[in-house]
Amino acid sequence: MIPFSVIGKPVPRVEGRLKVTGEAKFCDDVVLPGMLYGRILRSPHPHARILNINLEKVKKLGGVRAVITGKDVPNNKYGVYKLFPETLDESVLCLEKARYIGDGVAAVAAVDEDLAQEALGLIDVEYEILPAVFDPEEAMNPGAPLIHDKPNNIAWEVHLEHGDVEKGFQESDFVREDEFVAPAQNHAALEPHSAIAAFDRSGKLTLYSCAQSPYVVLQDLAFVLGLKPRDIRVVSPYIGGGFGGKYQILPLDFCTALLSRISGRPVKITYSRQEVFQCTRQRHPMRIRLKTGYNKDGTLVAKQCRTIGDNGAYNSSGPTIIGRAGAQLSMVYKVKHLEFRGLLVYTNSPVGGAFRGFGNMQARFADDSQMDMIAEDLHMDPVQIRLKNARQAGETSPHGWKVTSCGLTECIQKAKEMADWDAKKQKKVKNRGIGIACNAYVSGVNAGHDASSAFVKIEIDGTVTLITGATDIGQGSDTTLCQIVAEVLGVPLENVRIMGHDTDVGPFDCGTVASRVTFMAGKAAEGAALDAKKQLIARVSELLEARPEDLEIRGGRFYVKGMPHPRMSFAEAVRASLYTKGGGLILGRGAYNPNTERLDLKTGAGNLSPSYSFGAQVVEVEVNPVTGRVKVLNVFAAHDCGVAINPSSLEGQIEGSIAQGLGYALTEDLLFEKGEIKNASFFGYKIPTTLDMPHIETILVETVDPEGPFGAKGVSEGTILPLPPAIANAVYDATGIRVKELPITPEKILGISPSTLLPL
Amino acid sequence: MKCVYSKRKGSMTLEKKEIELRVNGVPYQIRIAPHRTLLEVLREELFLTGAKEGCGMGDCGACTVIVDGKPILSCITLAVEVAGKEVTTIEGLSREGVLHPLQEAFMKHGAIQCGFCTPGMILTSKAFLDECDHPSEPEIRKAMAGNLCRCTGYVKIVKAIQRVAQNKEE
Repeated sequence: MIPFSVIGKPVPRVEGRLKVTGEAKFCDDVVLPGMLYGRILRSPHPHARILNINLEKVKKLGGVRAVITGKDVPNNKYGVYKLFPETLDESVLCLEKARYIGDGVAAVAAVDEDLAQEALGLIDVEYEILPAVFDPEEAMNPGAPLIHDKPNNIAWEVHLEHGDVEKGFQESDFVREDEFVAPAQNHAALEPHSAIAAFDRSGKLTLYSCAQSPYVVLQDLAFVLGLKPRDIRVVSPYIGGGFGGKYQILPLDFCTALLSRISGRPVKITYSRQEVFQCTRQRHPMRIRLKTGYNKDGTLVAKQCRTIGDNGAYNSSGPTIIGRAGAQLSMVYKVKHLEFRGLLVYTNSPVGGAFRGFGNMQARFADDSQMDMIAEDLHMDPVQIRLKNARQAGETSPHGWKVTSCGLTECIQKAKEMADWDAKKQKKVKNRGIGIACNAYVSGVNAGHDASSAFVKIEIDGTVTLITGATDIGQGSDTTLCQIVAEVLGVPLENVRIMGHDTDVGPFDCGTVASRVTFMAGKAAEGAALDAKKQLIARVSELLEARPEDLEIRGGRFYVKGMPHPRMSFAEAVRASLYTKGGGLILGRGAYNPNTERLDLKTGAGNLSPSYSFGAQVVEVEVNPVTGRVKVLNVFAAHDCGVAINPSSLEGQIEGSIAQGLGYALTEDLLFEKGEIKNASFFGYKIPTTLDMPHIETILVETVDPEGPFGAKGVSEGTILPLPPAIANAVYDATGIRVKELPITPEKILGISPSTLLPL
Repeated sequence: MKCVYSKRKGSMTLEKKEIELRVNGVPYQIRIAPHRTLLEVLREELFLTGAKEGCGMGDCGACTVIVDGKPILSCITLAVEVAGKEVTTIEGLSREGVLHPLQEAFMKHGAIQCGFCTPGMILTSKAFLDECDHPSEPEIRKAMAGNLCRCTGYVKIVKAIQRVAQNKEE
């Protein structure tokens, strides 16, 4: 194999200089001439009918330039996908009733933020308070208040049967059944959501928004506002973290656009931190009942799972998320018979949505916790039982996921060795424990729009511009995409620039979701670079009168094979092409649309992704028996993410996943009271700080994926999955206490019921 | 229960005050309402948007700037409080295109992901390293504990700061 010159190198971020100097502009940093400031009036009630909205007073307040209610929204129904129209259930601003605390009721635009805030106080809304329900199981009871007109408040149901699960249980030596609870989590991206909309006089709307997926936002905007897609331009400035929370279009995108259309001025809305917590999206709480049949030798035979997901007040991505919990259960460890039933239930709570892990996180906690309980039943080592059942390349999971490359076994072995597992298991230190868990994840998901495209333009100075529709929300994809293009074209990385983050410039891409960007947008960029290279070589071979196959590119210059001196530079070749009769611009085009199966929303099945990533994490914890506090000492994280295009970025994704997984496992506890988050701040909601982080060893297990660009696979989401169950398993190893409901708080370790604690 | 989703407290008719601010060595004469925070004035009056508002309550550190050598949270500091003092923002850290060693180290060691917390991280660590010559890793972690990052897990941020501290010793 020829060694790569740019692929596999831990090169610094291409946008690094802008970020360390404070120059990088995030959405709230943008100010347009004449810009107004908008705010949204939100329901203080979890469930209430809107009887009347009186706008008389607010319209008289000087400096208020536009006020809107639900009546001003042309097609007031939206959701995640136009692709699954049957799931759309959310209004930009409520029409008849508000369904959770924070549901938008009206919006204003005024000449400054203080005035906009004051204006909200002048809108009189007459509510009829309705009975509300916050527990999904109560919500399914007969007589529970109906939030939408869906029987038993069941928003969506997913059911998959593979094999014969009853027969499987009969054939199993043992069967056990356990229940786990995986709670809500807030994305807590450091940048609060922000959007600016500006209509010009031709009727064209430009929306600056912290959108992970600008093309998804564009399509939803067109549908709801009744505009033609070509009359909308969505620009994503630098995005301050997303983790799924900036995937879906949100009311601020629509409201800024509507307020701008009415006022004729640009309008900005930036959410407060409290709004981000209460009124955007969160990880779906799930109650997971898992019944597993297994044999004496540790082989899993059958799994039956019933999961109840708390949808909150609206669907958002819920119908796609609930099925993914089932897919995760059938992927990591082999199982012959599987039945998964997932119920997604409406409550008057904040809305669930896409979040790093996308339903897999909750299922992973249940599955890998129970795996240790089974191992204990059989007096087996937790590592051995995992090795015995680990998914292998060439297999297909019950959900139809086809595994083309798989380093799971090697990940388990490497994490175990690095952690010195055997020695630590034998020689126990008091109050210390060790645990393991694994994961599998997609590299993109075919929900009907999983496509990427790219152009590669060779500039007249011989440098290269990659034009992409993909967005970098911090994960480093701009850099990896530039690395791919530089490698294909044989030019130094500093000669490649990236453009896009703008639907008027970047060609279609479904955006930053499902760990797909390096893979899909990478394939498109690779294709575009190959196309540009082909065009260049064709031109140069004419100019040099050499056969194309005799030409090669090194360091941005053309060589005739076997000759030591370059014959022509990129710049010369491009200029010669441009200025020669019959020549032209060198513009490569690339597109990627994988050969996958579209998600079946009723079963959650289908070979959704062209490739799957795997991993295993071993953690060591120390539990303080007096305070009940769990301290994670070490994490050994072994991940198969295919070939590492940028090892530094890959490590960064793993380390960041560990931080977010650590918070979910131990400290991130959203406190709900009648649908309101009582700790909606970074003071009350504890995300990990520098002092909370364990020592982390990352181990890259590089399989060469047959399909991925240069053998790469997705990385950013799968890596968050193993940590919570690995910690729960390590806590059990240390204390004998099995915590089945996250987060693992000191109260749970010490067995103190919350009711005996003093109120906050 | 009253549910107010407010960043600001509504309009106040307070008389504007004229103050002098020195930011990155440049004196500014500005007239501002006395309730305006330093962060608002930096971002909205001086267009220095490197300092970010992540929470507006002094919890996250994204708004950190240096005032007379000390890192402060500009979102909970009134602009009038720092009149006459020397304010350094991220925009003032590099001079004539030459980056500060911390800026170089953050780039080199992969300490940046989304970049939203980065200006605050760099300024907090600068103020810390200016005061502390031979910091241990726990000391660095303690100094940085008020600056939240949701992307990196802090591993590479701590490493970047350690490298700069080591180079300073050499």
